[in-house]
Amino acid sequence: MKAPPFAYARARNLAEVFELLAAHGDGAKLLAGGQSLIATLNMRLSSPQLLIDITRLTQLSGIEVRDGRVRIGALTTHAEIERSPEIRKHLPLLAQAAPHIAHAAIRNVGTFGGSIALADPAAEWPACCVALDAQFVIAGKTGARRVAARDFFRGLYATALRPDEVLTHIEIAVPGPEYRSAFVELAQRRGDYAIVGLAAVAKCARGVLSDLRLAFLGVGPVPVLARGAMAAMEGKRAAADTIAAAMKALAKDIDPAPDLYSSAATKMQLARVLTGRALAALAA
Amino acid sequence: MEQTLETTLIVNGTSVTRRIPARQHLIDFLREELGLTGSHVGCEHGVCGTCTVRVDGKIVRGCLMLAVQADGRRVDTIEGLSDSGELAELQEAFHRRNALQCGYCTPGMLIAAQELVANEPGASRERIREHLSGNYCRCTGYQAIVDAIEDVLKK
Repeated sequence: MKAPPFAYARARNLAEVFELLAAHGDGAKLLAGGQSLIATLNMRLSSPQLLIDITRLTQLSGIEVRDGRVRIGALTTHAEIERSPEIRKHLPLLAQAAPHIAHAAIRNVGTFGGSIALADPAAEWPACCVALDAQFVIAGKTGARRVAARDFFRGLYATALRPDEVLTHIEIAVPGPEYRSAFVELAQRRGDYAIVGLAAVAKCARGVLSDLRLAFLGVGPVPVLARGAMAAMEGKRAAADTIAAAMKALAKDIDPAPDLYSSAATKMQLARVLTGRALAALAA
Repeated sequence: MEQTLETTLIVNGTSVTRRIPARQHLIDFLREELGLTGSHVGCEHGVCGTCTVRVDGKIVRGCLMLAVQADGRRVDTIEGLSDSGELAELQEAFHRRNALQCGYCTPGMLIAAQELVANEPGASRERIREHLSGNYCRCTGYQAIVDAIEDVLKK
């Protein structure tokens, strides 16, 4: 299908974006990579009056490492993250997750910030940001504020972003050298939406895992930290019995809804399997 | 607010200026305004990959980019990339390996495959399959396509 008619404005700076957002309210939508937005327009699932193209705001793009933090511009593409030596070195979890995002042609255009602002429950970046305890920098007309990833995702496609605000940067503290990460996902086909996925980070010293974070995607309306499984594994050596205990604890952490292809019980089982794989990978 | 915008793109090396409705995606513009019908329209929501073209040297979904977003950018379609000879080896290998039947997916397949050939000369069969995961073929079963790309990579 073809998109319904709308107006289009290419913003030259953030001030212009805020002006347009103030003037058009709910009728305006920000266009970043557009890899989800334009698909929904083509299918006429949404019909904004105005698209505000922010992709030429070059200050919202790029990866910077400074003072133990990685600052990622919201318009940085999935492919840029996938290929970045800084990301591979400082935030390997993101490099591990990137290849799971859709397909090469979509990763060339889709953006890190766009994925976070849309907050699709099956998306990889929100779960990674929760696992890494990222901070989101959000700009508004009167200044910027910061929201922790763990407070940002509020419900199905619902976030802490207000309609007159723009997500500009994502900041993530570089984990120490003793930290390891793993990203595992199951999908019908390569690049499809995840059935279940898991972003895992932990400190690993001689096989003992601590400060463990297990953030699931695809098991609820928002990324879910599996606190029971995390507690079950905390400070323990990853072995068959401890991993089994963490997998068992998962039953109280998540309550996945069935989708078109998988029952709730199947998703639960797949989440357990991924937990086992991720913990084994962290300790390997 | 304007519903149509004066837009200038470099298409296959030639500068083109047109007034374009904001809602028109790139692939419709290329096909319907410029008559470049080599790139096809399939699902129109980013799943099938038959509309794959290059913008500023990178493969994109032609149905998931508005034509007005390509203002000032370089767009390369199967027509230009075929004429330049850049795809010649892949085209010859697809022919030899019988890697197309109806041919609908082929322009997208070739452009996507060329990105892999150019960036990852040592790509394995698994990497070929991963890279082409966004390009659907309903005829061949993919085996012959992977064979053809592997032939070119091994040269």
